Amino acid sequence: MQSIQQQSDKIPCFDEMIDQNGAIRPAYAAYRAWFDAQDAGWLATRHDEAEQFFRRTGITFNVYGEDAGEERLIPFDMIPRIITAAEWSRLDAGISQRVRALNLFLHDVYHGREIFAAGIVPEAMITQNAAYLPQMAGFTPPGGVYTHIVGTDLVRTGPDDFMVLEDNARTPSGVSYMLENRETMMAMFPELFTRIAVAPVSNYPRALARSLAECAPPAWDGKKRPVVAVLTPGIYNSAYFEHAFLADQMGAELVEGSDLRAQDGRVHMRTTRGWQAIDVLYRRVDDEYLDPEAFNPVSMLGVAGIMEVYKAGGITIANAPGTGIADDKAIYSYMPDIIRHYTGEEPLLANVPTWRCAEADALGYVIDNLADLVVKEVHGSGGYGMLIGPTSTAAQIAEFAVKLRNAPANYIAQPTLALSTVPICDAGALAPRHVDLRPYVLVSPQGIEITPGGLTRVALTEGSLVVNSSQGGGTKDSWVLAE
Amino acid sequence: MLGRSAGGVLWMARYLERAENTARLLDAGFRMALTRGEGAASAEWSSVLVTMGLDPDYTKAGGAYTGTEVTNFVLRAPENDESVLAMIENARTNARMVRTALTREVWEATNESWMLLKYALARPIGPADLGGVLELIRRQAKLVRGAMEGTMLRNDIYNFARLGTHLERADNVARIIDVKYHILLPSLEYVGSQLDTVQWELVLRSVSGERAFHWLNAGAMDPRGIAEFLILDRRFPRSLAYCYRQIAGNIHWMGRDYGATPPSHQLLEAAHERLTQTTMAEISKFGLHEYIAAFLVSNRAIANAIAADYRFYA
Repeated sequence: MQSIQQQSDKIPCFDEMIDQNGAIRPAYAAYRAWFDAQDAGWLATRHDEAEQFFRRTGITFNVYGEDAGEERLIPFDMIPRIITAAEWSRLDAGISQRVRALNLFLHDVYHGREIFAAGIVPEAMITQNAAYLPQMAGFTPPGGVYTHIVGTDLVRTGPDDFMVLEDNARTPSGVSYMLENRETMMAMFPELFTRIAVAPVSNYPRALARSLAECAPPAWDGKKRPVVAVLTPGIYNSAYFEHAFLADQMGAELVEGSDLRAQDGRVHMRTTRGWQAIDVLYRRVDDEYLDPEAFNPVSMLGVAGIMEVYKAGGITIANAPGTGIADDKAIYSYMPDIIRHYTGEEPLLANVPTWRCAEADALGYVIDNLADLVVKEVHGSGGYGMLIGPTSTAAQIAEFAVKLRNAPANYIAQPTLALSTVPICDAGALAPRHVDLRPYVLVSPQGIEITPGGLTRVALTEGSLVVNSSQGGGTKDSWVLAE
Repeated sequence: MLGRSAGGVLWMARYLERAENTARLLDAGFRMALTRGEGAASAEWSSVLVTMGLDPDYTKAGGAYTGTEVTNFVLRAPENDESVLAMIENARTNARMVRTALTREVWEATNESWMLLKYALARPIGPADLGGVLELIRRQAKLVRGAMEGTMLRNDIYNFARLGTHLERADNVARIIDVKYHILLPSLEYVGSQLDTVQWELVLRSVSGERAFHWLNAGAMDPRGIAEFLILDRRFPRSLAYCYRQIAGNIHWMGRDYGATPPSHQLLEAAHERLTQTTMAEISKFGLHEYIAAFLVSNRAIANAIAADYRFYA
């Protein structure tokens, strides 16, 4: 998962539950009335039960590095994050617009490249980018869809201020937590859901299966339902639980590279009845490892020859290879113009102001103001390799300035954001913590579908802004109130 | 279903069955030590290791044939990659790999078994705790089997799991008979000596068959009757004949559902036929040891043929 920004304690931030006068905001009124009527001891017991529930069901993620192989739980906080129907309808429209633009942009980048001619994005940003795949040039994926699944990371800084922090257009993860968090909440507090009408999320796996099936390749025989399979790097991957979970919920096979072979224009999986052709492959393997013939030759995770089959119309790969060019942090800064260019509309959701350190003026500003900024690697993820000015020492800042001067094009900088807070349950009492939100977006030729809510990540440590699960973040159930 | 998943389900069931049978074996040794003292139990502990094919490893690890050392080696020693803990981990890893082929209840029962046993086997097991740990292993294995029985669709996935259970059980029981065959051979000197009765009792106990046998035989015991019970009595759910009847049923189902009878089917049918047709007199004439050795080879060949026919491996 991608990272969220840090902020200093000085900046006042938006509390989603309580307004500046100490009154409960309307979104939380019904929930808070219920919460206040509960016994604190009973709530604490429920909290422990939730952890047991996650352990038993095996909802874990694997940790790389020091504790390699160990399975950990992502902490779950039982106070829901609540969004009103009106807020959601604005988010839904804004995300939908953005994802439409992303797909048009990707098609353009791999075809006519109007966007360069129009002078909106410098051509070098694309062609010199490792996420750009020349193999995709001139090829249109089945149904014209590049990003079948998108996770749009949003942060909130005020009552009406939602901003997009990142577009995860490759293989966004975390949707299984969105689903299991809701399941857990419904199991723990069934009466809550009879009191408060919350938009359901449980339809996501079926919507995903349908959306993928709608992108069947030309080679699909059109008779039976398209065969969908989920490609996982295997049980030691950090998101393996999610891969298995989604395959299970979709009724799709969960395959590994060793189960597959490309032959006679199709990709087949080895079943107990023989080789069976796959129509749509939802791959949770990065581009680089997808095909040893086309990309990394030592990869054991992919299928030799799948790119050739793909380009001949024998299979759909979701998301399409090469979509990483659209969620690159340097491209991100051009998104408002990209949206205007392709949709002819003003962006409905704001970007976080971003300085591209590759540009001399911006670099100068960033170096002068490092103590107040957040600096990120253009290709980094998971909250690693970044500088958080307000919480760094003078020595750390000086050290980072050197790295920045040596390779300015590798970095972007953003202001420190006053991220909103939602309370967590800390020893039976409520305590505000910073959050972000990742809604999940499905794209097919039939349209764009966004599951109401998404995954709320929360920094469990007081004052912290790092919500990454790899760095002590937790998750919450995210409610969109039904109208 | 994927060939790899079929293999994963089958091996998951095999590892659970092996863990359960190992607990029964250890229980028999434990019983011997309780009733006869550690001295008399030493040979029993040694035969537990031989049955599991662990003896050379154990000797290499420098172990003595005392109860605590043997049980800890078998249950949890990190240097023993066929310990019960390793089996449970293997079962769980296979379950994780084929998560989509299992029901939520089967997965949770397997995962819970792994969590409980990992905890229970985290520290050395002393004599006072051994009974409880062995009971826990058996109970968890039964829990998973129960979840399979109660929640899984009766499709090929279920059939592969059942094949794994009974192929493994037949293998384990045959190994027990093989290690103890000398005790079961009719001997002129036996004439109901106290020691022999205890040894026979132990053989039955290691497959949890003592009550059933006594009930069927009104308390009378003779080695040939025990051998017949373990090999040919179809009423006893751990006999070779019972296991093969189950395997034949699963294979028959697979043949009908897939509309094909690949080589493993013919191998199995022939082996099943041999078990059905034979008598204890013929087995004795052939030689009990020879008969069991041939059975083990054939059982392995059937398992390998199933793996090949259903494309477990690339």
